[in-house]
Amino acid sequence: MDIKTQVIEAVAELVNKDVSEINEDTRFADLGIDSLDITELAMNLEEAFDIELSVDASIATIGDLVEKITEAKK
Amino acid sequence: MIKSPVCERLGIKYPIFQGGMAWVSDGKLAAAVSNAGGLGIISAMNANAEYLRGQIETAKSLTEKPFGVNIMLMSPFAAECAKVCAEMKVKVVTTGAGNSAQYMQEWLDAGITVIPVVASAAMAKSAERSGAYAVIAEGQESGGHIGELTTMALVPQVCDAVSIPVIAAGGIGDGRGMAASLMLGACGVQMGTRFLVAKECGIHQNYKDMVLKASDISTVTTGRRFGGNTCRCIKNPFSRSFNSYEYSLEATPEGVADLGAGALRKAAVDGDKTDGCFLAGQISGLVKSEQTAEEIILDVMRGCEELLGGASKWVE
Repeated sequence: MDIKTQVIEAVAELVNKDVSEINEDTRFADLGIDSLDITELAMNLEEAFDIELSVDASIATIGDLVEKITEAKK
Repeated sequence: MIKSPVCERLGIKYPIFQGGMAWVSDGKLAAAVSNAGGLGIISAMNANAEYLRGQIETAKSLTEKPFGVNIMLMSPFAAECAKVCAEMKVKVVTTGAGNSAQYMQEWLDAGITVIPVVASAAMAKSAERSGAYAVIAEGQESGGHIGELTTMALVPQVCDAVSIPVIAAGGIGDGRGMAASLMLGACGVQMGTRFLVAKECGIHQNYKDMVLKASDISTVTTGRRFGGNTCRCIKNPFSRSFNSYEYSLEATPEGVADLGAGALRKAAVDGDKTDGCFLAGQISGLVKSEQTAEEIILDVMRGCEELLGGASKWVE
């Protein structure tokens, strides 16, 4: 499964929505996800991808998170 | 006599921190708390390096004991203030409103003990992993910027999530709160509201009077609707008009963010009871007299020791 799909699935589960409602441009704020939720989400994804992520205010969209994970996996 | 690992590590007598509070905790208050055996903390708030340097120098001129600086990570001056802490070899740095990881190495290299304020177990784990010595688990009973969880729910879950020391904060105003925090798994406490009425605290008398007159239900939260910037303050015309706008149809996150600009200063410096924002915690109702920092700390410690000493009465 590619990174984007895994991230979207994790987010969909977190907010109880269907994956079809979420894409790369979706903003976390629009899903009702705040910075504490993002920290938690990041922790779970770190385990899944075996990486370390540094979460800050620059992660505004799903795409931003996918990019961070992709960078960390290099 | 309460023994706590943070006392040895930080070189303080009592495991009581005075929380960093914008426009409130300056070098003078921090020094008074440190001289009294606790850990005084200077708030860098949204001020620049020059301001912070001045406050650190003031504290150093008034105390030889360790003190800390609280860095507000969302401040536009956070980076330069972080540098000041490293250059001036401040003993402890606490952080709020963001991820402390970006300055962690700089601080650790300068021999600083870093203790982030956290509002969730995941935040605590993240702080531990990036090198924090301890975390301050702050419940939403606290004044100022707050998260969602209460101290009662947050502290034990944070204690379960990390192996580093946990300092409890939020809703603690006397020996009972401290004893309870230790039972929840913390090894020390941070207080803010109680120190607002310290004699060495330089805020406007109107602010102190608001706290002294407050009851248990006197505080309210602002900024909950759009999240990200929720604060607890004493109810007044400012908070009412804030809430009124916030829940109106035309409210936007940007509009809400603009509302609070300058209001803290109006409260702490001008004592403006109408337009000032008087940040304070739910424990305000318990705070009934102005005392020195030393009287406050000794009162909390004695109360805590008495309770813990008598705790066995509950067990057959």
